[in-house]
Amino acid sequence: MTVPIAWYMVLAAVLFSIGTVGALTRRNGITIFLSIELMLNAVNLLILSYARLLGDQAGQVIVFFVLAVAAAEAAIGLALFIAVYRLRRTIDVNRLNLLRW
Amino acid sequence: MEVAIFVLFAALSVGFAIVVVAHPHPVKSTMSMVVVLFCLAVLFVLLGAPFVAALQVLVYTGAILVLFLFVLMLLNIGRERAAHATQPAQRWVALIGAAFFAGFLGMLLWRTHGPDTLDALTPDYLSIHRLSWELFTTWLLPFELVGLLLLVAVVAAYAMARAPQPGEMTPPQAGALPAAAAAEGAEGGGDAA
Repeated sequence: MTVPIAWYMVLAAVLFSIGTVGALTRRNGITIFLSIELMLNAVNLLILSYARLLGDQAGQVIVFFVLAVAAAEAAIGLALFIAVYRLRRTIDVNRLNLLRW
Repeated sequence: MEVAIFVLFAALSVGFAIVVVAHPHPVKSTMSMVVVLFCLAVLFVLLGAPFVAALQVLVYTGAILVLFLFVLMLLNIGRERAAHATQPAQRWVALIGAAFFAGFLGMLLWRTHGPDTLDALTPDYLSIHRLSWELFTTWLLPFELVGLLLLVAVVAAYAMARAPQPGEMTPPQAGALPAAAAAEGAEGGGDAA
């Protein structure tokens, strides 16, 4: 018996929501980043399950691009955190409130 | 058999995803993320995308998460301190919102999923030869643009993460930076590179 494709989609929804909770509740900048990566991966899973459903390889190509953009995003984001850490000695987002008021 | 593999790796990925967002220590979060990514790679293989699964392991766990670990090591980030500004209300609101979101999204996807029985995997769909043909013909322009994006990202990451050189603009220590000094510092930044 093969796995119904809807299971993959529900799994993607669950992983995306876990990532959302992490991005909203954590205060460590790097953990927030990890949560965003988790959400990106959930979306990749969803794209691949639709590609499988439609039998279209274009979905795999799009996931390839998502991976590349995620790599660029991680490089930039982590460099930003290093620069912020150098200025403020913390990457706790609750204490990075220079532009808040 | 396929169902058993799916259930095992789906459960593992959800469990470790919860560890990723719940563990106070960022290094352990990152290591759990490795497990999540491996589980998802297995699911990608089940979905008939072995090339993407290999990329997932190579690019995500091999490059991106190692970068995360390096930054954690460089900045020496430890356990998140719960002492200041704990906001239980925020946590509960996020949990409830996410539960609603997951339920809604899951139901939506469940109802739009199409036929229950999938067509069998065809050699055409699995073929990496066809995939690369597609990538380098139909998607050639996006491919080149992504290469450019990565180049720009590397240069930008280097420029941002580099320690300030002497004569460059230094971080404002106390109070506002005088405008003249800022302008001079910005000029100095150009040729110090």
